[in-house]
Amino acid sequence: MLEVIIPALIIATSIALAWPLGRYMRWAMDPAGPGTGRLSFERVAVGVLGPKAEHTQHWKRYCLSMLSFNLLMFVFVYLVLTTQQWLPLNPENKGPLEPSLAFNTAASFTSNTNLQHYSGEVSLSYFSQLFALMWLQFVSAATGIAAVTALSRGLAGHAQLGNFYQDLTRATTLVLLPLATIWAVLMVLLGMPMTLEGAAVATTLEGATQTIARGPVAAFVAIKQLGTNGGGFFGPNSTHPFENPTFWTNVLSNVAILLIPMATVWMFGRITHRLRHAGVLFGVMLTLYLCFVACASLLESQPTAAFDGLPVASAMNLEGKELRFGPTAGATWAVSTTATSNGSVNAMHDSLNPLTGLLPMAGMWLNVVFGGVGVGLINLLIFVITAVFLAGMMVGRTPEYLTRKVETKEMKLALIALLAHPLFILGGTAVFAATPWGTETLNNPGSHGLSEIIYEFSSAAANNGSGFEGLGDNTVPWNVSTGLIMLLGRFIPIIAPLAIVGSLAAKRATPETAGTFRTDTLLFGVVLMGAVLIVGALLFLPLAMLGPIAEQLSIR
Amino acid sequence: MQLDVSTSASAAGKPFRKERSLFTARMLVPAMGQAVRMFDPWSMARNPVMFIAELGAALTTLVTVSAIATGSDGSGYFLAISVWLWLTVWFANFAEAVAEARGRAQAASLRKARQDVTAHRVVDQATLQVEDVPASQLTNGNLVRVSAGETIPADGEVIEGVASVDESAITGESAPVIRESGGDRSAVTGGTRVLSDHLVIRVTAKPGESFLDRMIAMIEGAERQKTPNEVALTIVLAGFTLIFLMVCTTLYPIARYFDVTIDVPTLVALLVCLIPTTIGALLAAIGIAGMARLSQANVMAMSGRAVEAAGDVDVLLLDKTGTITLGNRQATEFRPAPGVEERQLADAAQLASLADETPEGRSIVVLAKEQFNIRGRKLEEQQAEFVNFTARTRMSGVNLGEQQIRKGAADVVRRFVEEQRGEFPNQVVHDVDTIARAGGTPLVVAENARVLGTIYLKDIVKGGIKERFIELRRMGIKTVMITGDNPKTAAAIAAEAGVDDFLAEATPEAKLELIRQYQREGHLVAMTGDGTNDAPALAQADVAVAMNTGTQAAKEAGNMVDLDSNPTKLIDVVSVGKQMLMTRGALTTFSVANDVAKYFAIIPAIFMVALPQLEVLNIMHLATPHSAILSAVIFNAVVIPCLIPVAIRGVRYRAVGADALLRRNLLIYGLGGLIIPFVGIKLIDLVLVGVGLA
Amino acid sequence: MRDVITSMRLFVLTILVCSVAYPVAILGFAELMAPQSRQGSLLRDSAGTVVGSRLLAQSFTQPRYFWPRPSAVDYNASATGGSNLSPTNPVLAERARQSIERLSPGAGELVPADLVSASGSGMDPHITLAAAILQLPRVAAARNLSQQQVESVVRGHTDAPTIVSLGGEPLVNVLELNLALDQLTQQSADNNP
Repeated sequence: MLEVIIPALIIATSIALAWPLGRYMRWAMDPAGPGTGRLSFERVAVGVLGPKAEHTQHWKRYCLSMLSFNLLMFVFVYLVLTTQQWLPLNPENKGPLEPSLAFNTAASFTSNTNLQHYSGEVSLSYFSQLFALMWLQFVSAATGIAAVTALSRGLAGHAQLGNFYQDLTRATTLVLLPLATIWAVLMVLLGMPMTLEGAAVATTLEGATQTIARGPVAAFVAIKQLGTNGGGFFGPNSTHPFENPTFWTNVLSNVAILLIPMATVWMFGRITHRLRHAGVLFGVMLTLYLCFVACASLLESQPTAAFDGLPVASAMNLEGKELRFGPTAGATWAVSTTATSNGSVNAMHDSLNPLTGLLPMAGMWLNVVFGGVGVGLINLLIFVITAVFLAGMMVGRTPEYLTRKVETKEMKLALIALLAHPLFILGGTAVFAATPWGTETLNNPGSHGLSEIIYEFSSAAANNGSGFEGLGDNTVPWNVSTGLIMLLGRFIPIIAPLAIVGSLAAKRATPETAGTFRTDTLLFGVVLMGAVLIVGALLFLPLAMLGPIAEQLSIR
Repeated sequence: MQLDVSTSASAAGKPFRKERSLFTARMLVPAMGQAVRMFDPWSMARNPVMFIAELGAALTTLVTVSAIATGSDGSGYFLAISVWLWLTVWFANFAEAVAEARGRAQAASLRKARQDVTAHRVVDQATLQVEDVPASQLTNGNLVRVSAGETIPADGEVIEGVASVDESAITGESAPVIRESGGDRSAVTGGTRVLSDHLVIRVTAKPGESFLDRMIAMIEGAERQKTPNEVALTIVLAGFTLIFLMVCTTLYPIARYFDVTIDVPTLVALLVCLIPTTIGALLAAIGIAGMARLSQANVMAMSGRAVEAAGDVDVLLLDKTGTITLGNRQATEFRPAPGVEERQLADAAQLASLADETPEGRSIVVLAKEQFNIRGRKLEEQQAEFVNFTARTRMSGVNLGEQQIRKGAADVVRRFVEEQRGEFPNQVVHDVDTIARAGGTPLVVAENARVLGTIYLKDIVKGGIKERFIELRRMGIKTVMITGDNPKTAAAIAAEAGVDDFLAEATPEAKLELIRQYQREGHLVAMTGDGTNDAPALAQADVAVAMNTGTQAAKEAGNMVDLDSNPTKLIDVVSVGKQMLMTRGALTTFSVANDVAKYFAIIPAIFMVALPQLEVLNIMHLATPHSAILSAVIFNAVVIPCLIPVAIRGVRYRAVGADALLRRNLLIYGLGGLIIPFVGIKLIDLVLVGVGLA
Repeated sequence: MRDVITSMRLFVLTILVCSVAYPVAILGFAELMAPQSRQGSLLRDSAGTVVGSRLLAQSFTQPRYFWPRPSAVDYNASATGGSNLSPTNPVLAERARQSIERLSPGAGELVPADLVSASGSGMDPHITLAAAILQLPRVAAARNLSQQQVESVVRGHTDAPTIVSLGGEPLVNVLELNLALDQLTQQSADNNP
């Protein structure tokens, strides 16, 4: 019973909250028109940010502004991480990060990935946590929300996509900040630490000394989950009792993972005035998500193969899991966090049963099941364009999406985005599987070792940030390669779709007729799901077969 | 513009006209040779998918040769892979060659018409003095004289004379047609034959650019340029190819992780199986066959782009007369004015129409005879003087001494009567109005100052046309009727015929403006036309089908010419356009869906030794790793020739909604594409085992 | 260039909002509403020295204490983590075998899985009730208490009320349980010198 209640509670709450939040985000991000109460906000924003924040931008200007601010984010954080020994709020006197690790970390948090090759409580000062990483957790998520807002405006038919600086300010202060505050308050009430004092020292009952790392965890965790960041305050992320103390913090955290990615779909539907289409997209995502959760829960309820033949009571696989979250909490979270590109964990994915481990990987390979804040929907657009192209031809018309014709230019851009993701995963895996760069850093033998490499590159390319954490990934080759992949995997899938939308918005709308292939029907949902699954399968079936599936089959 | 609706209606569902057998040996044999010549890498590079396949085949051959030279194990397997890879490429070339050969057979008959003829060039227009020159020396603007029995040397416009012309060489229609100077029947086509009389023609095309030349080029596919959608699809296929290139090249180092070294032929085999060779091989054939289907329907498209656009058309402008209604209106009723006997009216109407040779006039005579048995009279005896219809008076009739009988539109007759201080009765005004409202044409008959009554001329809507419009509506196409009638009449006929909208009192300007307005709203507009005054609208429309009987100006302005001059042919054109896109989409889906099975055949085969547990994934239970890989390659190759008929005939289009079409195609080509290769590969494997090759 | 200037302004604005105002507000709220737990839910003994955190496991090896789940980081609360061993890794089976050996269950007795599986953080403060019951005889013997006495303490310290109310297995907080046992032993030592 409890096995079903946990995912049901989490998913139902998320769906129920996503609808009103989508409505709110539409209001916050894309005010219906001048003369509303929101006007004063705009005036203040322009006053603070200067004239550049005033005018709406064409897709190229929008992307340039986005890149300019993101470059600043990256540079600032790199500097903070390499000089934290001289900065304040460092009660434990942490030293600077090694340059390749600092590069990786700055890239990781700038790209909303939060892949962590460091361990928070070991390496970072409170200043680095709050001013570098937590700041990026806000603004990188806000970049995603800004991008999807711009995309929605373009698909609504406007060639001017809005102003990036205003969008980012809105996303940060009107969307993320209020939500993070609510979540942080709840977390504090549920017993999560929130302090600037250094580690506590305890004398255990057996007389040993235990140094207890702590910090401003509650504030950090709230935005970490809401912004699909996922970078933990502590090394083992949300398995750590300070980062996830109770059953209820776990439920709330899991809801926070799903909330904004779900709400974004509704915001998109409202901005484009196509709620039915948004509903179909939501349905496709939800169906995939529910299948994944069900499979993961079922597979993970099997005992681990490691205990075969040992006098152990039959139970689900508990290696790497915490007891206080309940039985299916780990599987539900594992799927949620990879479907949404959050990347926080409440159980160690490396220790999941082999086939369960395939599901988080699949989530990252597809990267569209709700996906990262903002970018999940943007990724899905690539599949939508591909599905529309094939299906449109099959009904005998030049394919069109939301009344705009999909032609050579759009397909070229879509393919660039479609190609980049598997290129990073397959290419990276190929290089590291065949060289000591990868093989010498593995924590497990055989197929599972390969899975560790696949997982790491999938996580970087999908801007996820979770890991098969046994991998000894704090090496220069890992830091540099995944750092670059995270940055490319962030910006190519944002810029290419914005270019597509810019190109579509410049075209004349074709009126919808009975011969038009509709994108707000169940049939389109089926086609889209088929496109996602087939393309996903064709790209990653060999990896799945050689990694998790081969490992599962080796258990006899 | 007479037409037979029933044959045209049946043409929509079924292939047009006579269905030739798809292939004949005469086509296939040269196509096989042609397919070999097409191995030329320069020409292959236009098609990225097959180019990669060819490179792979070449690479595999090199490896095979070196394996045979060194006598290493497995060279037989390598050889088999090489042979089948080359066959894959050859099948692709063959598909294109066959499609072209079918066009060429059609073109050959046209070419016969283009034998070099001697032209009589007019040197002096006044005396019609001629000199004989080869037709190839004629240039734009030359005048030529063509007499009975001679072949018209070039495309042109009749500037003098009337003649019957045999155009069967291009239309296939044996009945001769009339060509005369001025008006809408002035265009003649080079290669057709004058049967009677003689014509003086102004040449309008340079040799080599004539209608016939363009037609041959289009059919043969010689000047085939990729259409926009074809370009987009080629890009997508190239993208897929790149993706699989990536998958396969990375598999090599990943296999090294398990200490497996994948040999090159196997890797290439996997690659060629995965890249969308099926659609890549058939893409060109689909385009060529689409054009050929159009020409079988006796429509010549001037570009592939226009055919593709036809699939997107969502507004259809149709002329009322000849398309929606039978060309002529018929008298169906006499409505006398108050105090007038119906017979009296019929008698006067008949008198006024005796000399009227128009179908309407004749129908009045017929009606008078049927209803009152009024017979024709010898009018000469009564000193009758006929008044013909002119554009100025807009009345016709007869003068019998003092007696002036007139028939015409209500407003002119009213003026005629009132000029003679007569009165126009209210009852007649009412009748005129009701008839017009019902879609008929009222003709008022007057004798001197007295109005006798009204003749009801009825427009007869063609049988079956309503069903066709319903079909069009299901296809998502809006029909607009164009007519010179007044709005009331137009509305009534529009309602009866079931069109969605109409343009009444249409002028060329109004037509042009209507098209522009639809285009501004984002619609794609198709229309048919024949007259010179249709030319601007034809030029503006996205798909413009000019009637072959029409003027040269109309034919120049349109992007298609209908040799049968059948305006409802537009509907067939739309179907062909849709079919072309559907066939591409369906075969692409099929091609991509195939890959899943191929993975299940090849991946376990490659890794069986290092990871024996993967045997479970060999769900087809293929005999050995080599037979598994070979079966997949053979399936991938053989499926190409198997699908050539689908590519050439096209996926069937039915006028159902977009969703129903998609569901059907997804089921057949998507789900089918997923399942069929599992069966096919297993069967091929069984055969391989059976013949002892595995 | 103007992009850089605007980016700088946006940088200042967001860092003030996100990294100053927001954490300060939460810190203030935490101090007001949860002064204890905000410091890490620390537990103190009667003398007031910190003995650990209610939320974190600590190492127990003596027979008189209930033992927590295995930890891949040896209960180091300043460098936490899991084992990250895959189910097919022989190291995991070996470690489980050693854990079982240490727990030495009676013949035919099955060890609850949580006692042989390392938690993700290495700091899971809980064990299942079944895992506590398994350890009852050892603890009782080491403390010279009857099993019933110890069991009543165990049942008095079950945790995770939500999970229990939803039909799940009761959990026991190991540190709290051991503290209670120490107090009990202390009392009985005081009462019977």
